[in-house]
Amino acid sequence: MYVVVNYTRKLQTLAFNLGPSCYRQGVTGVSITSQDRKSKQNFSCFRWTHLITLVHQYSTRIYNSKACQVPVDLVDKLERLALVDFRNQEGLACLEKAIRFADQLHVVDTDGVDPMDSVLEERALYLREDAVAEGNCAEELLQLSKNTVEEYFVAPPGNIPLPKREERAAMLKHSEI
Amino acid sequence: MYVCLPMPESSPTKRKSAPQELVGVVGLEIHAQLHSNTKLFSGSQVGFQAPPNSLVSFFDASLPGTLPVLNRRCVEAAVMTGLALNCTINRKSLFDRKHYFYADLPAGYQITQQRLPIAVDGTLTYSHLGCRKRNTVVTKSVRIKQIQLEQDSGKSLHDDYRSQTLIDLNRAGVGLMELLMEPDMSCGEEAAAAVREMQLILQALGTCQGNMAGGEACIGHTHSLTHQGNMAEGQLRVDAYVSVHRPGDPWGIRTEVKNINSARNLARAIDYEIQRQMFVLESGGTVQNETRSFDGKTGHTIPMRDKEGLQDYRFMPEPNLPPLMVYEACSTAPPGVAPSQVVVLEEVRERLPELPSVRRQRLVETYGILPEHNFTLVNEDGLMDYFEAVVKETKAGPRKVIGWVMNELQGLLHQQNLSVSQSPISPQALAQILNLQENGQISSSIAKQVFQELWKTPGKTAQ
Repeated sequence: MYVVVNYTRKLQTLAFNLGPSCYRQGVTGVSITSQDRKSKQNFSCFRWTHLITLVHQYSTRIYNSKACQVPVDLVDKLERLALVDFRNQEGLACLEKAIRFADQLHVVDTDGVDPMDSVLEERALYLREDAVAEGNCAEELLQLSKNTVEEYFVAPPGNIPLPKREERAAMLKHSEI
Repeated sequence: MYVCLPMPESSPTKRKSAPQELVGVVGLEIHAQLHSNTKLFSGSQVGFQAPPNSLVSFFDASLPGTLPVLNRRCVEAAVMTGLALNCTINRKSLFDRKHYFYADLPAGYQITQQRLPIAVDGTLTYSHLGCRKRNTVVTKSVRIKQIQLEQDSGKSLHDDYRSQTLIDLNRAGVGLMELLMEPDMSCGEEAAAAVREMQLILQALGTCQGNMAGGEACIGHTHSLTHQGNMAEGQLRVDAYVSVHRPGDPWGIRTEVKNINSARNLARAIDYEIQRQMFVLESGGTVQNETRSFDGKTGHTIPMRDKEGLQDYRFMPEPNLPPLMVYEACSTAPPGVAPSQVVVLEEVRERLPELPSVRRQRLVETYGILPEHNFTLVNEDGLMDYFEAVVKETKAGPRKVIGWVMNELQGLLHQQNLSVSQSPISPQALAQILNLQENGQISSSIAKQVFQELWKTPGKTAQ
């Protein structure tokens, strides 16, 4: 079940602060706001809804809907998978409030109703002709990256695993954010 | 996805006097690169050997503000492949995002079709020369669980010396068909035969060029090696899922074997993995659920570095793409829509070319040749046309022609590693030799000598 959550202002500010400090992927030059065509206000709407859905599924599976705590290992797993940082108790509290808010959906009886992915489901999917129309802009793309070698993008040798919580806290203390 | 379903236990009244032998269970996951001009969701070119990052559009580099636009040719190719494999084509299919982090996947997710793919429930029928007895041709079939459209990732070149990875996004976004086969196979030979048949079918349809590795492809069995004229990249990638169990027992723990670059290596890798798992179980150990890499030189599978434990791909619907609709006939398509905007099954069915199995059947009926022979004929590129050309020109019976083509011609071709099109002896020349032999002008041993002579100095006639 996919939920569009009207998250609180607190969550929004939290989300805005997340990006640079937690995006540890090796590829340079890609902004975290790239995934959504909607306005910056709703950035990462889908990342967050997905996270909340995941937590929601876990919490309703393991506990009943009156549960209050998101288990710590689940939080760690989410942070590792989605590279978002809940940072502190306040962040977790926000998350839990969002889950409780989403619980309201259980009131609606959805037996026999197919889930809806998007309000644009009825639109026709546009099919493009198989003719070359783009590409050949290697220079422009490479300029976006800080580190390139002979027309290749440079990345670390493998995924850098997210440091443990304690190390992260120490790292963040020294950073500006 | 390969689903591990427990098999029902055998009836309790049956007493097993001796423990049954362990047998292997093999499932395959094939990624076939779609043969199209442009990529799946963007208008950049699909090509090989191009300068790094030159065939990359803004969408492929996942720059902000870009959106996917589906390529009609890729949809038709997937539908055609589904029809050729007797699949049910889903009139409505959906796109999803599969999230994982890796440097060659700039968006951080891959657009695929996990929930509702474009085609499901097909069968692939293949023949092979028996796992134990190599003389009889055994026909088997494997169920195709589903065919789905998905994006390819870029290429990463590992520079261990400088401890960095170089990323080339030319391949990022190219359309792939993921063909999932149910675990109906039990040994490496069967899997290799199934893959070869799949290669032939895809090549006949024109939906995929079917090479497993760059430069050379191992089509045909035993020693035949077909050189491709161009140094094409591997368009067919195969991963194997292997487990062992006793018949009647639930399936064992499975491992995934990657890094296989030819059908022959596929057979070797699977057989090694089955042996390894049997050895582990018989010595009292347990098989780990892991991903292993095949080492072509040693013939062993080695565990790959376990990076992040079990991956959770966090599938979610692709919000930028509405459902993909395919229509049965022009009449069922919505009115007032341009024909370029609808994919109609009727039209695609009409365009289906002759499949390899039908070709083989035709050979058997027209010329009365044995199944083993027509198997090789269809497998080798151009050999069948060569054979038919010779038969047309000569009075000799098809059986004789087969003998010559299989033994003499093939023998010399393999010795010098040539393809049929590079053969110095044309079909007409071979036909001449055979005619002379038929007329009684030369004996068969002299005919063979003439053949050798003509091979060395092409252009001379048999006279």
